[in-house]
Amino acid sequence: MKRLVVLGAGTAGTMVVNKLRPRLDPADWSITVVDQDIEHLYQPGLLLLPFGVYEPDELVKPRARFIPAGVDLVLGEIDRVDADANSVRLADGRELGYDYLVIATGTSPRPDQTPGMAESEWHKSIFDFYTLDGAITLRDRLESWDGGRLVVHVVEMPIKCPVAPLEFAFLADAFFAERGMRDRVEIIYVTPLEGAFTQPVASRHLGGMLDERKIAIEGDFMVERVDPDARTLVSMDEREVPFDLLVTVPLNMGADFVARSGLGDELNYVPVDKHTLLSRTHANIFAIGDASDIPASKAGSVAHFSVELFAKNFVEYVHDRPMTHPFDGHANCFIESGHGKGLLIDFNYDTEPLSGKYPMPGIGPFTLLEESHTNHWGKLGFRWAYWHLLLPGRPMPVPTLMSMVGKRREPLDTVLSPER
Amino acid sequence: MPVTEIDSHQIHVDDEGFLTEYDEWDENLAVVLANRIGIELTDAHWRVIRFLRDDYRTQGDTATTRRVQAVGGVPVKEQFALFPKKPAKRMAYIAGLPKPHGCV
Repeated sequence: MKRLVVLGAGTAGTMVVNKLRPRLDPADWSITVVDQDIEHLYQPGLLLLPFGVYEPDELVKPRARFIPAGVDLVLGEIDRVDADANSVRLADGRELGYDYLVIATGTSPRPDQTPGMAESEWHKSIFDFYTLDGAITLRDRLESWDGGRLVVHVVEMPIKCPVAPLEFAFLADAFFAERGMRDRVEIIYVTPLEGAFTQPVASRHLGGMLDERKIAIEGDFMVERVDPDARTLVSMDEREVPFDLLVTVPLNMGADFVARSGLGDELNYVPVDKHTLLSRTHANIFAIGDASDIPASKAGSVAHFSVELFAKNFVEYVHDRPMTHPFDGHANCFIESGHGKGLLIDFNYDTEPLSGKYPMPGIGPFTLLEESHTNHWGKLGFRWAYWHLLLPGRPMPVPTLMSMVGKRREPLDTVLSPER
Repeated sequence: MPVTEIDSHQIHVDDEGFLTEYDEWDENLAVVLANRIGIELTDAHWRVIRFLRDDYRTQGDTATTRRVQAVGGVPVKEQFALFPKKPAKRMAYIAGLPKPHGCV
């Protein structure tokens, strides 16, 4: 009997067991998935919760509901992986031996990693929105806030859902406009990147959208500390940005057990081959979703597309055949832009987000890099698809590998800043 | 890829002037590249540059500022002092390495 152990029953881990159970004969293979709590959180909803779009109970369901028959769900905190002994030890002392291990424990915001952030002003004037608690307390603060200087801030890349802080800025602009108080709110977007986003064409489009909304951008800002008393962000090169309300995306890090097990990089991500997701150091360990170090967005769409291919590769691999379904880094993200509209971006390791129509060339119904109401309804509709199609591993009506069909290449007139 | 001549070296660079061939770099070239962006190299700069070169050879990727701190032992704050404003890009440029991945 071969044993597959999957660590993490979030978006990636749940899809992995749903895709692999039907492909691995139960007479030959046991599958176990480990998580530390019983609830599965619909993370894309956290962005919208602070603006009153969702109630907390709409975003949470029992994990067990999404784990198929024939897969053991083990609840417990992971202490460490002993990769030489092919064994996982849980904090309560239980040991789980494996023949193959899949690490899918994601990434988490770590406000403790920035001095001053999670101290006296935490959840008073300083908020995150990537946790249910953070999103709820922020909603309550926004409800009674009477205006001032709102700073939307990213500590360091990579972060989970890299467009979310931009979306937050767009949605905040619309939220205050709809409440008739936009003139009492100054919005500043503070980022370690040079511009609004990581890649040139999207950065230009999204930067233009910040301009249109009178959202100022403070780029190349690497935060050193937060001064909670003075309500100021201080950068490594001594710049200061004051705030009345700070909505920050803390440093994101992989799980601590990854570091304790000697399996992680500086941010606890597991180094893997970016096409097969196989560990670069252990021939029976894979890492998938946000937990790996692949140079792709940390996003559910990347997890989804990569799991589709991984499941086929895994079956080939365990039968000593070459893995023939290389992952291309495909990501596909809705970007909420406020007032019931949104954009869509679609890209991979080699091709940056471009404009056009998706998924059907010339038809859409979604527009790439351009605002439309349809894109917004796509985002809202995705919550249903997440629970009912994506997690159970049913087919989604979009292609797994990125396609250039229906996209327009754009000339880039701004290439480099001479200062470098 | 464009080819350019710097200090009588023929070198391959990308659109932004980052070297694309690891072996076309040497320490003399680093001095020239640093001067082009207004940086005079001191021992402290060399410590970072040599770390980046060695790390790239084993990892195949340009180290991030966080990695230069965690593995190379040079705090991010000091990297900003040595390579002002955009240390990640400037360090890579002088060390003759690909521009660090704009994290996606």
